[in-house]
Amino acid sequence: MEHLEKKAQEIRKNLLNMIYEGQAGHMGGSLSSTDILVALYYDIMRIDPKNPKWENRDRFILSKGHCVEGLLCILADRGYFDKSILHTYSQYQSILIGHPNNKVPGMEVCSGALGHGLSIAAGIALGAKRKKMDIRSFVLMGDGEQAEGSIWEAAMAASNYKLDNLFAYIDRNQLQISGTTEAVMKLGDLRAKYEAFGWDVSEIDGNNMQQIIANFYEAEKNKGKPHLIIANTIKGKGVSFMENNVKWHHGVPTKEQLNEALQELGGVRS
Amino acid sequence: MSIPCRKVFSETILEEAKKDASIMVLCTDSRGSVMIGDFADELPEQFVEVGIAEQNSIGIAAGLANIGFKPYVCGPACFLSMRSAEQIKVDLAYSHSNVKVIAISGGVSYGALGATHHSLQDIALLNAIPDIKIILPSDNYQTIMLTKELLKEEGPVYLRMGRGAVPDIYQEGDSFQIGKANVLMEGEDIGIIGAGETVYYCLEAGRKLKSGGIHATVADLHTIKPIDKDTLHSITRKVKKLIVVEEHSINGGLGSIISSLYSEDTAVTVRKLALPDTNMVTGSSNEIFKHYGLSVDNIIKNVKELLKK
Repeated sequence: MEHLEKKAQEIRKNLLNMIYEGQAGHMGGSLSSTDILVALYYDIMRIDPKNPKWENRDRFILSKGHCVEGLLCILADRGYFDKSILHTYSQYQSILIGHPNNKVPGMEVCSGALGHGLSIAAGIALGAKRKKMDIRSFVLMGDGEQAEGSIWEAAMAASNYKLDNLFAYIDRNQLQISGTTEAVMKLGDLRAKYEAFGWDVSEIDGNNMQQIIANFYEAEKNKGKPHLIIANTIKGKGVSFMENNVKWHHGVPTKEQLNEALQELGGVRS
Repeated sequence: MSIPCRKVFSETILEEAKKDASIMVLCTDSRGSVMIGDFADELPEQFVEVGIAEQNSIGIAAGLANIGFKPYVCGPACFLSMRSAEQIKVDLAYSHSNVKVIAISGGVSYGALGATHHSLQDIALLNAIPDIKIILPSDNYQTIMLTKELLKEEGPVYLRMGRGAVPDIYQEGDSFQIGKANVLMEGEDIGIIGAGETVYYCLEAGRKLKSGGIHATVADLHTIKPIDKDTLHSITRKVKKLIVVEEHSINGGLGSIISSLYSEDTAVTVRKLALPDTNMVTGSSNEIFKHYGLSVDNIIKNVKELLKK
């Protein structure tokens, strides 16, 4: 577990560097969701980075596509593509843009228009069931994103088709670009809402590696329903002056802020 | 006069799906209007009912394509094209997902059901999205053949058909290639171009003009995107006046596409016969066609006017 926690800190530092270097990015949500992505890509998911199109791979869709930076750092670290490409992020003619793009090895689809990912992940899960393949479909959504009506179309279908190979995470960091989720558009009792749609719902501390992993293996035992994991997180997690501060939804740190952030995360560039 | 194109589409896809288990048909509570009920009954494992949720239907199809299926999402053109426009743009075209969007009852097929059910903007909208093809078959035989061509086509395609039965234009043995127009008549006086249901009107006008001594080139541009520039250029090498007849808004459809192709060629005149930028008069699709001049007589009238210029 410790190595995963260390890995998460390393990824946080890498994504901060990448955002600074590219002079663009979404800090807050990338930092809040890092632990979930590390748990998926270093423990939970069955993948083969040397063979990104391996037929039996588990699939991951980043529905909250604006938080692509952490995912790019992870894909590079896992060996899907050369780490040197990370330096081209947001630069002229780079394949690494500010949202997921499936020209990047390991990226399943292009995403970033909110409210799309759950449908795609449901389609993958349904397809796996029809093919009788043991494939799990993962998707990470934002909490602000829950206002998109298409999510609830997908929630209905996933339950209708009993997609228990579908694992949908909500990065519940309570903040969206204009303020708190409850002030912008009240989400209320998300658990009750998804349960009413027929989902198996669990709730975890989404910045606690052990909880993320233990919860997944527990949830997987519950058959017959799709799984919704409400991952309570802290936006900007790991950098004190970014934590719970909506200003860091997106934004680029100064050199001094970058150095301070890297220090807080346990040292200089990794 | 035979049966609607949507019927022959559903028969063809059923026949093909029996041979190819990767074909998956999705519908949006539209199995009646798509006439896909037999498919749902015979191949339930290759059929997905999504309910009245067009956005989700496209997203699910993108997921199914990711896992190796060849999804065909079927539903009314008006809803599929506009309600799920962003899913078509991002999940299909941008992501290059191998999904076919089968849009039925296109244009003013639904007649008196009104503007909610008319799709007169779909070509304009989809033509501005990179990496998706747009196809409008004009009769049963072409629908069958283009449906078979679609199976070999990797990547997203929007195929739009009308609701009613259409007269035959083609016969057994005629061949079709996605992206390649079919020239139905050759003449040196004028070019008449259609797609989908208007092709028959263009052809009839061409025949009548011929008997009156006016020789038209008539072409079926079944693939609207990518537009077949080669065939159009070979036509405009011979004739300098074109009439484009289409079941779409005058803004942004085939007429607009061809006009822009010749926007810097002052020698070529393009006249557009399309539906005006307004909500349609109440009526059947035939009545709407007639009301706004999508008719053989009006094509002939416009040809004569243009030739006098």
